[in-house]
Amino acid sequence: MKPQPTHYFEKDISNCGLTGFVSKKGKRVEGSVIIKSISLMHDRGNGLGGGFGAYGIYPEYEDFYAFHLMYENVMAQQMTEEYLEANFFIEQQEDIPTRRTKAIVSPPAFRRYFVKPLENDEYKEAVEYQGLTEEDVIVRHVMAINHEIDGAFVVSSGKNMGAFKGVGFPEEIAEFFRLEEYSGHIWTAHNRFPTNTPGWWGGAHPFTLLDWSIVHNGEISSYGINKRYLEMYGYLCTMLTDTEVVAYMLDMLIRKHGLTPGLACTALAPPFWSFIDQLPDNERELYTSIRQVYGSALLNGPFAILFASNKGLIGLNDRVKLRPLVCAEFEDFVYMASEESAIREICPNPSRIWSPRGGEPVIAMLEGNV
Amino acid sequence: MKIDAQGMYYRDLNAKVREAVSGGADKIELDNVNGQYFIGDGINKPVTIIINGVPGNDLAAFMNGATIIVNENAQDNIGNTMNAGKVIVHGHAGDVLGYGMRGGRIHIHKDVGYRVGIHMKSYQENRPVLIAGGKAGDFFGEYMAGGVLILLGMYTDDPDKAKHGYLFGTGMHGGVIYVRGGVDESRLAKEVGVFDLDDSDKIELEGYVKEYCKDFGLDAQDVLTEGFVKVLPRSKRPYGNMYCPMPK
Repeated sequence: MKPQPTHYFEKDISNCGLTGFVSKKGKRVEGSVIIKSISLMHDRGNGLGGGFGAYGIYPEYEDFYAFHLMYENVMAQQMTEEYLEANFFIEQQEDIPTRRTKAIVSPPAFRRYFVKPLENDEYKEAVEYQGLTEEDVIVRHVMAINHEIDGAFVVSSGKNMGAFKGVGFPEEIAEFFRLEEYSGHIWTAHNRFPTNTPGWWGGAHPFTLLDWSIVHNGEISSYGINKRYLEMYGYLCTMLTDTEVVAYMLDMLIRKHGLTPGLACTALAPPFWSFIDQLPDNERELYTSIRQVYGSALLNGPFAILFASNKGLIGLNDRVKLRPLVCAEFEDFVYMASEESAIREICPNPSRIWSPRGGEPVIAMLEGNV
Repeated sequence: MKIDAQGMYYRDLNAKVREAVSGGADKIELDNVNGQYFIGDGINKPVTIIINGVPGNDLAAFMNGATIIVNENAQDNIGNTMNAGKVIVHGHAGDVLGYGMRGGRIHIHKDVGYRVGIHMKSYQENRPVLIAGGKAGDFFGEYMAGGVLILLGMYTDDPDKAKHGYLFGTGMHGGVIYVRGGVDESRLAKEVGVFDLDDSDKIELEGYVKEYCKDFGLDAQDVLTEGFVKVLPRSKRPYGNMYCPMPK
């Protein structure tokens, strides 16, 4: 008998992989490009989660909230559609086009709805008497569907954008959702290697709310604190994994509390006190206030995240850079990824390539009215 | 011999490299590399591997005597537990370079990331040397136990960036770091101190710098005209009293 090796000498790589890019001038790029980039980092995941965030893909419905729904059973779909009909004007509804593939076994059902909230009594009560905005009303509905309808999950709910995610390698998920048929000016992608929480369809990245979407590599040790803090403001965590809190936290900090994206990043990954102590008075006061007010928003643990919205793309590392993040620029494009090679695969000669410092956000916003 | 790595899966590429090494090749050129992991890992023959493109993570891990020349940028985790040989990178490189490295040389032309030289070590004639020609991120020389780290701060794509990051030398308890043009003492970890070079340091440093400059076609005099400082650990056991005081 042939002698067997004592070890299998190539180790299993255990990371998540993420990549994303934005055209600051709003040029639309086909889905095949982001697929190429994330596929290069195939081995950073283990087939238990892949997903994409895409912006600018529904220009014909840009004034409507694009609800991507995932249904685990027929009852969930019936109840959700009754809920949507009671609360929304539905301009268009359809199955999200998918392709039968070998890799994807027994997927849930996916439908999308392009909607506007109906100005019913509940809406008037919220807007006229409770001081809420239309977007707050949408957030309430998303939370209600996720929390109250068993087997129904809102995968995304923003205008002119959508999330496509599930259990599989990202290139398999892309094939399933026919992603090459979409074009967008911001794309993010994620390859999941779940470590602490289950690999299920709702647990794949991106996590979204309104047009916010987050892809994340790392783990958020402060999940419990962050979750309880968000619950005080009506955000309910239903996706069984840590990244969800980042989506809701950014919605609260930026949309509700009016922080700039840069300051919101400071709240998530603030400088150490020893560094703050060395700063001039005004900066020290600013950072001290952020840490005091938003102590429960601080994300502890190693992370690299990309978060996108209709306004742009932002990359952020934890304060001591325990996860990789590389950025590059070429013309009006800004790229961010876990590995430089994932960028070079789709942009061979960037004009600039750099690694941001831990806790230092890379902010790439769209120019003008794209 | 040449191998076209265009679109090749890392396992297939590394199998071909190992096959070429065991077949007696002394020079292997890999074209169109992009992101393939583990190139040169565990190779214990004095072959030269030339990489055209960006190699993936964990380049030259456990390498024992080979030379790798990267004609591009490189990524994270180069030379993990490398025993002997040399890695030359003609661009920048990422985080966690030379982790637990025990011998050989890593020469990076430009900037390097976080945690460079983490837990490098040395024993008797095994003395690893890692030289970064550009600027470095935080935790340079973290938990360093032996060997030589050199930071030049000269060849960078980011002139506005500080030469080195914060928490420089955190947990360092052995080895030596030489820095061209001095360090920012406000960014040093409490475990290290700054010293002037003595004559034997200068001779040793000159040898390392000349070899480095030869690899990149640089003039060693340009590097050596500026003074260097030496960063050393204050203690061989920085955490000896952390959990219970040590007997005097």
